Amino acid sequence: MTGWEIFLTAAIKTVAAFAFLLTLTIILVWFERKTVADLQNRIGPNRAGPWGLLQTVADGAKLLFKESVTPRKVEFGLYIAAPVAALVPALLIFLVVPIGRPFHIGDRLIDLSGTDLNIGLLYILALSSLAVYAVVLAGWSSGSKYPLLGAVRASAQMISYEAAMGLALVPLILFTGTTSLKQIVEIQGGSFGDTFLPAWNVVLIPSFLIFFIAGIAETNRAPFDLVEAESEIVGGYHTEYSGFRFAMFFLAEYINIFNIAAITVTLFLGGWHGPTFGLGAPFDWVLPIFWFLAKSMALVFVFVWVRATLPRMRYDQLMSFGWKRLIPVSLLWIALSTLAIGVRRMGLPWT
Amino acid sequence: MPNQYFGDYITVLVFMAVGAIIVGGAVVAASLLAPNHPNKTKSEIYECGINPVGGGWSQSHIRYYIFALLFLIFDVEAIFIFPWALKVESFAEAGMGGFIFVEMVIFIVILLLGLVYAIRKGVLRWE
Repeated sequence: MTGWEIFLTAAIKTVAAFAFLLTLTIILVWFERKTVADLQNRIGPNRAGPWGLLQTVADGAKLLFKESVTPRKVEFGLYIAAPVAALVPALLIFLVVPIGRPFHIGDRLIDLSGTDLNIGLLYILALSSLAVYAVVLAGWSSGSKYPLLGAVRASAQMISYEAAMGLALVPLILFTGTTSLKQIVEIQGGSFGDTFLPAWNVVLIPSFLIFFIAGIAETNRAPFDLVEAESEIVGGYHTEYSGFRFAMFFLAEYINIFNIAAITVTLFLGGWHGPTFGLGAPFDWVLPIFWFLAKSMALVFVFVWVRATLPRMRYDQLMSFGWKRLIPVSLLWIALSTLAIGVRRMGLPWT
Repeated sequence: MPNQYFGDYITVLVFMAVGAIIVGGAVVAASLLAPNHPNKTKSEIYECGINPVGGGWSQSHIRYYIFALLFLIFDVEAIFIFPWALKVESFAEAGMGGFIFVEMVIFIVILLLGLVYAIRKGVLRWE
């Protein structure tokens, strides 16, 4: 590819990814509100548009035209930078997730992901760490008590679960031998031996569970939402934000939820792999996108389900769960899975 | 293929630039569209509706920062384990599988000892 083509492909993919993510967020917020309403025996949004589908659009427009109150005591530069620092990494993480089978236009192979970095997993971990900065900046620059408390809580929580999240991915790298998300998905094609079961990495169940739990904690969702526990510390780190600045935190949160679901699907649940029923041309790349979205939405549903079911944890429980359970378990699981994979590849050492 | 390699990162850069432009543009658009009538009461920091007492930057407990120290240890550890996990197989093929496994077990045990020490010292206890 020449330089121009690289830029052109990048530009097209960027526009497509933004359109996809923003549409998705609109649907996600609606989906969560409807599902929670259902689980709590309410009706949920039902006025704007069919089944309340346009409720999020209405809310977004309202926030856009609403005054962004700036308290007097803020550090303005950092205060304005924080929502941007929350939103941009959330958008960037999605870039490496392959959402469908690569397809041909003419003789060129187009990947259905923003880009395929060979350090994909490290890229994801690095960018999800950056989310902590937004929280700390927002909390500190507000110059107010509740945001500061929320930010300190949040940063301690997020870095704790960040460690568990990184360690949970090590067995996956051992198992697949790569950190590129495209290759990880390709490895998961087909089925186990000649059984009917798909060859997904879900055999690494402990990794899957640790990663998903840490993901819920990373995105500050219930039952780990002490960061924005409205009964204790008002809104947490975004107490002093209003109008569109608040909307950006809100957007970032929902994009992050989808990111965690999509990454979990990509790493452990076979990505876009699914039955295509031997159908021809358009279906063999439309169906994979459908499977990917269906699996991701199923995990998003788990997020919502957990939120509607479990009460919030106490802070000391949260931290001791992270440090005394998740991290030791993931360290032991690394050793155990290394042994298991070694024995599977090379047989027992004494034979 | 070096061209493809850099192409991947160019996509990241383009995405970052467009993201910053769109997000920044939205902030500017919102500030143009939204009304702005600050007054003294409105620009107070929030404190449950009453007049705020004392300064905004209150002190927070030291125990939060200990987690940051612990995290550093485990994150650096992860940085060492990731390349190890990628290279295990080629070492095993060269007949050094046992060596490289024992090596990592020793590394992990040392770190686990550190965690156990921190727990025994009561770092994770809250009262």
